[in-house]
Amino acid sequence: MPTYTFVVNGKPVSVEAPADMALLWVLRDKLGVRGPKFGCGIGVCRACTSHLDGVEVQPCVTPVSSCAGKTVTTIEGLASGDELHPVQEAWLEQDVAQCGYCQPGQIMAAVALLNSVGEPSDEDIDRIANVCRCGTYFRIRQAIKSAAAKM
Amino acid sequence: MRRRQFLAFLVAAPVLTVAVPGTAEAVLPTLPQPAEIMDLGDILILAGTPTAGALAVLTVGEDGVVTLELPRAEVGQGITTATAMLVAEELDLPLDRVRVVLADARSELLFNQLTGGSNTIRSAYGPVRSAAAAVRARLVAAAAQEHGVAVERLSTRDGGVVLPDGRFIAYGLLTSAAAQLTGVFSAQPKPASQHRLVGTPQSRIDARAMVTGQFKYTLDHDVPGAMPTVVRRPPTINGTVKSVDSAAARSMPGVLAVGVVPTGVAVVAETFGQAMAARDALKVTWNPGTIDALSDKEIRAKLRAAALPFVVPPLLTQHVDMEFDFAFVSHAPMETNSAIADVRDDRAEIWAGLKSPIVARQTIASVLGLPEAAVTVHVMQGGGSFGRRLFFDAAIEAAQISQALRRPVKLMWSRTDDMRHGRARAASHHKLRATFGLGNVLTFEHRVASVETDFRHGLGEILTATAASLPVGGNLSFAQTVFLTTCKVPYNFGVVTSLLNEVPLRMHTGSWRSVYSANTRGAEEILVDQLAARMGKDPVAFRREHLKSARQRAVLDKAAALGEWGRAMPRGFAQGVAFHDEYKSCTACLVEIDARDPQNPRVVKAVIVVDVGRPVNPRGLEAQMLGGLTDAISTTLRAGLHIDRGLPLEGSYSQFHYARQKDAPLDVRVHVMPASGEPGGAGELGVPAAVGAIANAYARATGVVPRSFPIIFPVDFEPFPR
Ligand code: FES
Ligand code: FES
Repeated sequence: MPTYTFVVNGKPVSVEAPADMALLWVLRDKLGVRGPKFGCGIGVCRACTSHLDGVEVQPCVTPVSSCAGKTVTTIEGLASGDELHPVQEAWLEQDVAQCGYCQPGQIMAAVALLNSVGEPSDEDIDRIANVCRCGTYFRIRQAIKSAAAKM
Repeated sequence: MRRRQFLAFLVAAPVLTVAVPGTAEAVLPTLPQPAEIMDLGDILILAGTPTAGALAVLTVGEDGVVTLELPRAEVGQGITTATAMLVAEELDLPLDRVRVVLADARSELLFNQLTGGSNTIRSAYGPVRSAAAAVRARLVAAAAQEHGVAVERLSTRDGGVVLPDGRFIAYGLLTSAAAQLTGVFSAQPKPASQHRLVGTPQSRIDARAMVTGQFKYTLDHDVPGAMPTVVRRPPTINGTVKSVDSAAARSMPGVLAVGVVPTGVAVVAETFGQAMAARDALKVTWNPGTIDALSDKEIRAKLRAAALPFVVPPLLTQHVDMEFDFAFVSHAPMETNSAIADVRDDRAEIWAGLKSPIVARQTIASVLGLPEAAVTVHVMQGGGSFGRRLFFDAAIEAAQISQALRRPVKLMWSRTDDMRHGRARAASHHKLRATFGLGNVLTFEHRVASVETDFRHGLGEILTATAASLPVGGNLSFAQTVFLTTCKVPYNFGVVTSLLNEVPLRMHTGSWRSVYSANTRGAEEILVDQLAARMGKDPVAFRREHLKSARQRAVLDKAAALGEWGRAMPRGFAQGVAFHDEYKSCTACLVEIDARDPQNPRVVKAVIVVDVGRPVNPRGLEAQMLGGLTDAISTTLRAGLHIDRGLPLEGSYSQFHYARQKDAPLDVRVHVMPASGEPGGAGELGVPAAVGAIANAYARATGVVPRSFPIIFPVDFEPFPR
């Protein structure tokens, strides 16, 4: 089995895995990084959303081989120590989470959006396709706007 | 009301309709309906009364942290935060020093460990406060004894006792002395007028763990030896394994074990990725399932045939008749069905999100052939439920796999299995008839035919135990009892009759947030708009005139004012309004829809007014109403399941169209009415009024009254292979 070396949340890791194994299972089952959640496995619910070299990806459809030499950031790597990312702060301020299961992915998608658009319009926010089965969308929208104002 | 009276009152209907010629303009009062006399929540509270004193287990740690062990399931509805607030209030403790853990299955609680019927706050409000008040009394007594002062001269604040000289003793320093005290400590909870925390908006106590990815759901826990496990399932619901060739699967990397269980073929591997790859490599032949011959068409025909006849003939009176169909709907919580099980020869330990853990424990014990006491069931916080986790199918299945393969397992259902072989809200057909004359509504009849909803998660036992007190009697089925104790028409519409008839089909159904009310009350609210139009009245004014109480009218008035009812809307846009009352709470919803393209509508604005009697955490309550609104947007406009030859076609969120951000309103306002009494139910309250309001707005915007839900429901995808 090949070995892949990359960085996860600031730490270099080496994992032995089949080339086509989805990053999600490498993170969750081999590395114990459990922030990214499984919701569909086919890239449509976006509960697993994380960043690969700063770009939003869905680890459930990202083969581990494509991560070699790159940097993976999951929800656990977003804050610097105890200091939360402004998007996480905004999520707390708006009390967005209900069951919370989709929220790691929602937050990582929002961070990716704000990294590319400083002041997202409603249409920009509408393009975030992450499912929240608890229906927290309006609070997500408010939190993104609040974070944008502060960032 | 006894069944005999209920029947007498039905038979009296046509007589009553002609007995009131002289009362034009005064609405015809409607007799109290069963759900007004005693609703399902009252029944759950009654069943739990003998064990209510044992409900809340509180521990005061030496670090001053108070832990509440709550025998309920948190699945996102905010009950851990709300009950933490009750504890903090009684103990004069900062909220961040209360911890809430979910209790394991506690069989001694009998009927009092079921999370459903929007009943947690209703059933816990008294017992949790009383328990916390008793703890406070004990801590105060300990301080009084240690410092030789009378109890009456002590007060509490900020997590400690204040002595007459102003000295402050933290609870943590008193806990061991308090534990030594003998005697019974009981104390009255604070009167609501002294509440400083309860009734104020608070954020979830677990929010930080959730936004940092630290929060642990079932599959995020490590149980020694419990490896990733998946199940290959049949091509139709309830199919069974005929033969398996697992040679290829067993030789794949990472595969640890393969075995047949009653629900399919289980595969255990080092990672879920490898387990799923091996699952797909299994060659399985299957025996038929239980509804192989059925598709939506046949099911709809059965439902139409099953709707009971009306009592009032449409002769001689003016009337409005309407019929509606509602599709099956997946619960589809974000966290799929999952459980961890470690079964040994003489004991078993289970971890899962469970809303009915005692029944789960009993069932698992019997399936495994172990005594109940040998089975430990841990209740994990769930990633959503919406009724789904009343059932414990993943926990049973994990236990069976662990027993068969003689190893601990961490079982995860795929999304496709969760939608196709999981539970669903039962499809239903609705026939309604209202008659009117001389400006009065004379009769209002509703006949619901529904695919049977499975309540085998302990509710039947609860209804049996409380049978003597039920507001319905005689030979009603459990389902009819649930129907009559949850659904009620909130209006004075003369003679009102609602009847449920069920079509039993051997498939997996279950209560879906608001049980029968989303469809039943949603349909009624559409009829109310049509009735108002026929009688030449404005939808808000008409409802206002016929609502039964001043409290209800205040809620409707507030929604109409905040939502600027009647404001001019551009072509293709419209407002819609509806009202709902359940579990001692009521709500009005006013939405604005953009239906310029009738095939691509969007609810752009919503105003929701809610009166729950006493809001414990208004911020959590608003979240519940927001969730109910999103559920209503989804199920009214686009989200449903198509059944095709024994299996739902939908297999993921790309096919089951639960709302996304682009479908959600840009503006939502939830207004919480001030406290006026005891807490009512809130978890399911938000759905039915929003269903009615959205359908009514759609009808006004497009000129077409929707009759079939979801309104936009094509098979716009290539189904996954079976
Ligand atoms: S689990 Fe990755 S997108 Fe759904
Ligand atoms: S908070 Fe539960 S799925 Fe989004």
